This record gives sequence, structure tokens and C-alpha cells, in this order.
Amino acid sequence: MSAIDQVFQQLRSQGRKAFIPFVTAGDPDLDFTADVLRELGKRGCSLCEIGVPYSDPIADGPVIQASYTRALERKIKLREILGMTARVSREIEAPLVTMVSYAIVYRHGLEAFVREAKETGVAGAIVPDLLVEESGPLAEICRREDFSLIQLVTPTTPRERAVRIADASSGFLYCVSVTGITGERRSLPPQLLENIAWLREQTELPLCIGFGVSQPEHVQQLAPVADGVIVGSAIVRRIAEAAVHPRDHVLADVGRYVESLMAALNPDGAA
Amino acid sequence: MHASSHVPDAAGRFGEFGGRYVPETLTYALDQLAEEYERAVKDSAFQAELDELWKNYVGRPSPLYHARRLSEQCGGAQIWLKREDLNHTGAHKINNTLGQALLTRRMGKTRVIAETGAGQHGVATATACARFGLPCVVYMGEEDIRRQAPNVFSMKLLGAEVRPVTSGSRTLRDAINEAMRDWMSSVETTHYILGSVVGPHPFPRIVRDFQSVIGREARSQSREQLGRLPEMVVACVGGGSNAAGMFYPFVEDEGVELVGVEAGGRGELPGQHAATLSFGHPGVLHGSYSFVMQDEDGQTCDVHSISAGLDYPGVGPEHSYWKASGRVRYIHCRDDEAMAAFDALARNEGILPALESSHAVAKAMELASQRSKEEAIIVCLSGRGDKDAAEIARLKGNAEFGMRSAE
Ligand SMILES: Cc1ncc(COP(=O)(O)O)c(C=O)c1O
Repeated sequence: MSAIDQVFQQLRSQGRKAFIPFVTAGDPDLDFTADVLRELGKRGCSLCEIGVPYSDPIADGPVIQASYTRALERKIKLREILGMTARVSREIEAPLVTMVSYAIVYRHGLEAFVREAKETGVAGAIVPDLLVEESGPLAEICRREDFSLIQLVTPTTPRERAVRIADASSGFLYCVSVTGITGERRSLPPQLLENIAWLREQTELPLCIGFGVSQPEHVQQLAPVADGVIVGSAIVRRIAEAAVHPRDHVLADVGRYVESLMAALNPDGAA
Repeated sequence: MHASSHVPDAAGRFGEFGGRYVPETLTYALDQLAEEYERAVKDSAFQAELDELWKNYVGRPSPLYHARRLSEQCGGAQIWLKREDLNHTGAHKINNTLGQALLTRRMGKTRVIAETGAGQHGVATATACARFGLPCVVYMGEEDIRRQAPNVFSMKLLGAEVRPVTSGSRTLRDAINEAMRDWMSSVETTHYILGSVVGPHPFPRIVRDFQSVIGREARSQSREQLGRLPEMVVACVGGGSNAAGMFYPFVEDEGVELVGVEAGGRGELPGQHAATLSFGHPGVLHGSYSFVMQDEDGQTCDVHSISAGLDYPGVGPEHSYWKASGRVRYIHCRDDEAMAAFDALARNEGILPALESSHAVAKAMELASQRSKEEAIIVCLSGRGDKDAAEIARLKGNAEFGMRSAE
């Protein structure tokens, strides 16, 4: 059983839901990313998603794109990101998951990527441009290493295909809320809750919902049906303020924001 | 390894290259496109409608022209030009956009998006959309908007909206990223008319098939006009669509040497060129596994070419397959060599070639000079150079053009 499986097992036994923040590695620098992760760990986040900056991220909206661009302007390398996860994974309880383009994984070598990520305390990966049809070789290595390969379903995924994707996924199933790219949205699509309820009958895997989630009201809506929520752009946007504001203020702001969403997710439970 | 023309397979693989590396959101639309295309190729009415458009709207077949004065200048093999520059809208791009516009209509989609580098694909898409009454948005890098201004005006006059792309290198690669992002949100109602043999399956196959009209015509014209097949066929390679369309019908003709010409830019150091097949590695970019210019971390590199249509760090997967199998030889041509070929064709034949096509002309001239007069080389003259005239004048930057000097 992987570290991610353990997290969800524990949450389920307590009747609680996972709060999963997304942060871009190296924006504005890796030291600050490490500080943010420690803060998120302290606030009781269940898992932390770490975005590995990529030059051509087609699933990402302007906020995450810009954070990747800033990090890459400083020539950030995968090796340095894994150096950071090696330090932080020892300090916080929440397992770390990388969000990483297949271009990067392939270039690094599938085997080497999984092995090195695992050695630095990373528990799994989300590879947003790796479809289930093409995921065989990487999935095989992940299984062997007990490293979760989290697959995604979207509103455009036909139902029989969604079942296939769920079968191939490990750790949890990433349910993309919208037909579109990452970024904050005012409201969530109306069919979302129904889709999640349907998926629930198809798989035992925890279902976590991401893309567009940013407000306490969204989280309240999702709490009854989901096992977790993933929040990216709204956090990345706050972290970007570190370029112009004192870092301790930014950390406190991120902490407060995350806490407000966590209160909406698990209203009666402490962090 | 023998290069087969029975590619790609059902998963979109050309040997080991190709496939589909995109977000799950796009899978449905790509499957829908692949299925509709399968139905269309079996439907004689579809091919008849496209043939009629190619003939009476585009002006096909495009001529095969013996460039005698240019050949004499080079003092070797005969140079023959496949005149895609004479097509409606001035380049080969229209062959593909009309085909994909018909597919858009068959799929019941009501909006079209496209990327463009040189603006030729943007103009060809805007044209097809005007012809079929489809709203059209074209993504174009800011740098390309500057250097290909005449095409920006044309697109707007044709009723398309041109959206400037300001991310990254502000060129073709970033325009593709933005078009893909638009498609991520609009995929249910919008078709993305991709302009080259790149991207996720089934685009590399569909675009190659539509562009293969170039090679099919050239092959039969060669039989008629030369009485045989040529010894060599040369085409420039950006994403690789004019070259794929030109080469594909010759793949099984073992006596015909195929040469692809990439952008050699200013030199061979990283960042100075866009010669992906010469200097790149197999990797993933824009939904496909193929050669790509990327660093040791998998990040796409900035590339350079004087010509916007070749200024791209990737290349179509079938070209990677042809390179790996040895069926096509890929070489590169520097900016200054392309400029010299532009002048040579203008002065000797009265033809202004696109800067992209000038790369193929330059290398064909060089190769011709090393061959005997009995041999024939067909060059794909993929487009005309009107769009480049102002930029060339700026680069030459001298009093000759009554302009202030460049830089
Ligand atoms: C005239 C012309 N030739 C060639 C190209 C390069 O594209 P491809 O390699 O797909 O033919 C372009 C692209 O814009 C073009 O406009």
C-alpha cells in the first residue's frame, strides 16, 4: 500500500475529506516553495501536489503558465526540484505528488524518473498529457515501485472509457471538473455532481476533484460527493505575490486561504 | 529498416514515432476526428467535393515547371519546380484547410481555430472558413505578426479574428500552445484545423493525406513531361507538411532520392537554427513523439529561422520515421543561403519564392550543381514570397529599397 493509499484509508475511517493544494516548484524560488509546503503541512493538508515547470503546458491557464515561465526563467532543473522534495518530505506528513509533463518524464527516462522521485520521498505522479492508451510502460514501472500513477477523467470522457481509466489509475482518480484548462472559475459545471456520483459506483478509488475549484462554496458543494478537492491557480496566484510582498505575509495569506477552504471541506473536524 | 507507406497504425504510430500525448479532455475530439476521417475517405462524394474545390477554387493541378535559366546557372541537373506558389492563397496550405473544413462540416462543428507561423496557414484557414461560412480564430505569435504583416491583413479581410500570442518565443510553437488551450475549452463545438503534419494522431496522417495531392500530381506530371520519374525530390521542412505531401507518393519509388531541407538559421549552435532532425532528439512535443529540440530536462528550446514557417522546434512524426529508416535524407540551409536562393529565383526566373521554399531552392541548386544534366530534381516551391518582400527589404536594409537600414 502506497503512502497515498494510507492517507485516504485514514481519512475515510474518520469520515474526512482530503484537501490537496497545488504549488509550482521554484516560483519564485525553491526555498520559498519548501516554506510554502511546510506551511501547508502545518495547516493539515492531506497531500501536496508539486507542479514541475514545463515550457509548453497546454492544459494550464494563464496563472500556472506564468508561474512555470517565471521558474524556468531561473533555469530550474528537475534535479533541483527533487533535491527540495528530499528535504521537505522528511519534515511534513502529507505525501508529495508531482504534476509533471510526459515530455519531462520521457527525457529523464521513465525508470530513472520514478526511482529518483521515489527516493526523494515523492509518492506518486500525475502526468496530464499521458493518456491511458500510452501509459502502459510508465504504469508498469510505477506498479513495481509502488509509486502511484494518478490518471484523469474529464467531462468529455465517455463512460466506458472512464471505467478503463479508473482501472488503470492508482492512489486516487483525478476528476477534472470542467472542459477546459486550469484556472479559477466562478461556479462549477452543473453536471459535475451527477458525474461524480456515477463514477463512485464504478470504482473503489478515492475521487478527487480539481480545475476551477477556488471558493469555499465550491468546496462545500463538493464535500458530500468527493474524497478530496484540488486547488491550484488560487494558491499559485497568492504565492506569486512573493515577488513584490514580504514572504512571511504571503505565507500567512496562503495559510489563511487554505484554512478557509479546509473549514468548508471538513466543517466539524479540526485540521 | 524499410520505410512503408502503410503507416500510421491505428494508434497513430509511424514506426515508433507519433502517437497521442495530450490531455484527456481532447481525446474525445481526436477520436471523433479519426472516425469521421475514416468515413470520409470511404465516401466518394467527399473526395469528389474536395477534388472539385482543388480544381476550380484552388486551381489544381499546380504546374510542374522546368526552371531552365536557374538550372543553367547551377550548371548541372535540371531543376523543376512544383508550383504550389500558384495555388489560391499562394501556398500549399490550402490543400489541407479545405479538406479539414469539409471534415468540420461533416462533424457538425460550428467554429474553427488555427495556429499560424508564416501566416500562410492562417490565410488558408480563414479562406476556407469564409468559403464555408465558419467563424475562425487564428492564433499567431507577436514576432510573426510583425514579420508577416501582409498575411495578418489578409486574414482580417477574410473575416478571421487574429489573436496575438505573447507567451514564450512568440512564434509558431506558442501559437500552437494557445490554439490547443482554446480547444481544451471549446472542443465540443470547435474544430482545430492544424496546419502541418504535427500534433496528436490523427492530424499527422490527415494532413499528409490531404497534402499528398502535391506528390501524386508531381509524379504523374514527371512521367508526362520527363517521360520518367525524377532522380531527386527536394522540399523544405518546418512542421513538414509540404515535404510529407511531396514525398509520400514517392516513398516506394526506390530510385527517387528524397531530400528534406530544414532551417539552418545562423549556425549550428543551440538556439541559432531550427534543424530539428539534424540536431534534436526523440521526445514529446505538442501531442506527438518525434524529434524535438529540447534540453536535457525535456524543456523545449528556443530556435531560430529567418522564415516564420520553419521557426519551429518540432517536426512531424513521419519525418522522424523516414529519417530513422534512412528513406529521406535531411539537410539544413542557413538563412543567408536561403536569401541568396530567393534572389537567384527572382532574377533568373521571375518568381518570388516564399522564404520557407527558398530553403529548398537553395539546396536543390547546390545538389543540382553536383549532378549531370541528364538528371532531374523536382523542388516543392511551397509558396510565393509576396508576404516576405517587406521583411527581406528590412533585412537587406539598404538604400536599394529606399528604406532605413535594419537594426
Ligand atoms: C510557403 C510555406 N512553405 C513551407 C512552410 C512550412 O510548413 P510545412 O513544413 O508544414 O510545409 C510554410 C509554413 O508556414 C509555408 O508558409
